[in-house]
Amino acid sequence: MTLPFILFFVFAALAVLGALLLIAAREPIHSALSLVLVMISLAVLYLLLGAEFTAAVQIIVYAGAIMVLFVFVIMLLNAGVEERTNWSKLAKYAGLPLALFLLLELGHAMSQWSPRAYGTGTGMAGGLTGNAAFSTVDLSKQLFQKYLFPFEATSILILIAILGALVLAKRDE
Amino acid sequence: MNGVPISYYLVLSAILFGLGVVAFVFKRNIITIFMAIELMLNAVNLAFVAFARAHNQLDGLVFVFFVIVVAAAEAVVGLAIVITIVHNRKTLNVERVNLLKL
Amino acid sequence: MEFVTNHPVLVVSLVKIVVLMVVLMTVLAYLSWFERKIIAHIQSRWGPYYVGAHGLLQPLADGVKFLFKEDLTPPASDKFIFVLAPFLALTLSMTTLALIPFGPTVSIFGHPTQLVVANVDIGLLFLFAITSIGVYGVALAGWSSNSKYSLLGGLRSSAQMISYEVSLTLSVVGVLLVANTLNFNHLVEGQGGYYWHLIPRWNIGPQIIGFLCYFTAAIAETNRAPFDLPEGEQELVGGFHTEYSSFKFAMFFMAEYANMVTVSCLATILFLGGWLSPFPDRWTLLQYLPAASLIGLGLYLAYDTAMHMRGIARIQLAVVTLLALGLGALCLVPAAMPVAQGPFWFIVKVVLLLFFYVWTRSTLPRMRYDQLMNFGWKVLLPVSLANLVVTSFLVLLKEMHG
Repeated sequence: MTLPFILFFVFAALAVLGALLLIAAREPIHSALSLVLVMISLAVLYLLLGAEFTAAVQIIVYAGAIMVLFVFVIMLLNAGVEERTNWSKLAKYAGLPLALFLLLELGHAMSQWSPRAYGTGTGMAGGLTGNAAFSTVDLSKQLFQKYLFPFEATSILILIAILGALVLAKRDE
Repeated sequence: MNGVPISYYLVLSAILFGLGVVAFVFKRNIITIFMAIELMLNAVNLAFVAFARAHNQLDGLVFVFFVIVVAAAEAVVGLAIVITIVHNRKTLNVERVNLLKL
Repeated sequence: MEFVTNHPVLVVSLVKIVVLMVVLMTVLAYLSWFERKIIAHIQSRWGPYYVGAHGLLQPLADGVKFLFKEDLTPPASDKFIFVLAPFLALTLSMTTLALIPFGPTVSIFGHPTQLVVANVDIGLLFLFAITSIGVYGVALAGWSSNSKYSLLGGLRSSAQMISYEVSLTLSVVGVLLVANTLNFNHLVEGQGGYYWHLIPRWNIGPQIIGFLCYFTAAIAETNRAPFDLPEGEQELVGGFHTEYSSFKFAMFFMAEYANMVTVSCLATILFLGGWLSPFPDRWTLLQYLPAASLIGLGLYLAYDTAMHMRGIARIQLAVVTLLALGLGALCLVPAAMPVAQGPFWFIVKVVLLLFFYVWTRSTLPRMRYDQLMNFGWKVLLPVSLANLVVTSFLVLLKEMHG
């Protein structure tokens, strides 16, 4: 039970706990906070996988900006308690066992995956040993050389999103 | 030091994705449904990063970067639409906004 | 004892964490004394004077007051989030200080160690990540108080924080373009060396606009005057911490001071050369400066104790004198002298920046909220972007022409 295993299980459990709280919470603000918990535990898992820059971007952008936007909207709209309805009988007695079976099968299929079928990578990070971290410099080189067009396209995408939000949020004066 | 096998991360990603689908289907508050979409996107990001580590290539991380940016743009526009719906229909329950006309 | 020798890294880290926590809590408490004294002297009055010699026991009295006040919780609020918000604010602001290096690699008891708790390769990015989560503390505090004024105050304050966060991060990129690293150690070491063997090569020279943008954005980010409308004007009603009493209120204020300290530490590392001395290394006599200044302070306090103090204030000031003299003597020990150099200069620079913080608070009038947001988006962000563009252009020119 070395340290990476312990860390993995702790933060994986936190992530699943957060997802379960998202489903079980009665107020939207609690769901939002549990989603923030999921994102932060996923950021720690990215650190365990050696993706330092991705972890930092996940926290800065996802947990620190997108979820703040969600929290703002919940507070402004004063979203109250969710109403409770009864689940249909079909969902309870047929749906849940099917979902459980699907989950077991998916889990079994994924746990059979092994890296032997693919060999060691020969991409930009070829030559890395198994546990070295990904370098931010290499990542930025990829972003600005090989993926330059998607990078510039996403900047236009963000501009369109800002304009769309401005138009939609303006009340009809 | 032996790392954690990649399949563990994939199983976790599958579990999170499944929980996101459950939340998407069973919740009635539109903002919570949105958050379930973000949970699914996060699960996919985890799978991308796990595969990037498995193949020792950086392309997975670039994909994660773009997924995060697109999720941000989508959240902005989606929440603006939600605010407009709430102004018009005065409710956050998706089962009450199922008619085109009031 | 074998535990100590078998796990040297763990033990040294624990010692560093304990030292940092103790020093941090003391600094946070006495920062309030520092601020009140300086504001008072700028306004031609005395400030805390009666509680202990020179008002030095005032933070202790305030702490006792906060502990014994009645702890109210608004009746219809969300209790979990109500208790969570101040904890979140305080722990996040204190966590950032683990990333900051206070000195170079020194050898303590034969074990070489860097004077930092966590030396992360992407330290700067991580610090910004933790700062961006700090917005939640304020927003959740406003929401869980279940009062319209608190909610609006909280939303305004957090909107201000996320607006100025963009300018904060952009004004730092100029430094990163020159230094090519996100690691704090390398950022400081890149500022070594001197122009004409006399003037240090700190980043504040080439990046002066970046420094001014950074400092302005930092004042706004930490909700301090002149940008403290969300917590200042509504002091009558209170802003996001209206409904908080006793210790939770104290936690919010400690969180604000910890944010101030963090931002000042970051400014010294990025722009003012971190732990590097402003004087050239050849002037070796200046190695005695920490010891000399502490012993000088001790002697002045001894004179003050003997001449002006009576009663319990005399005892208290005598204790402080002995403390100052003891620390000064400790800095004279040959084994401890190189250890004391880095932190001494770092602390001097941080205190200088904190003095600027308090100075602006007591001098400038408060900005209205729409003026504040206008300034953040329409003035500060374009200036930071222009700084970034010009810096990258100049770096490119320098690389092309050698």
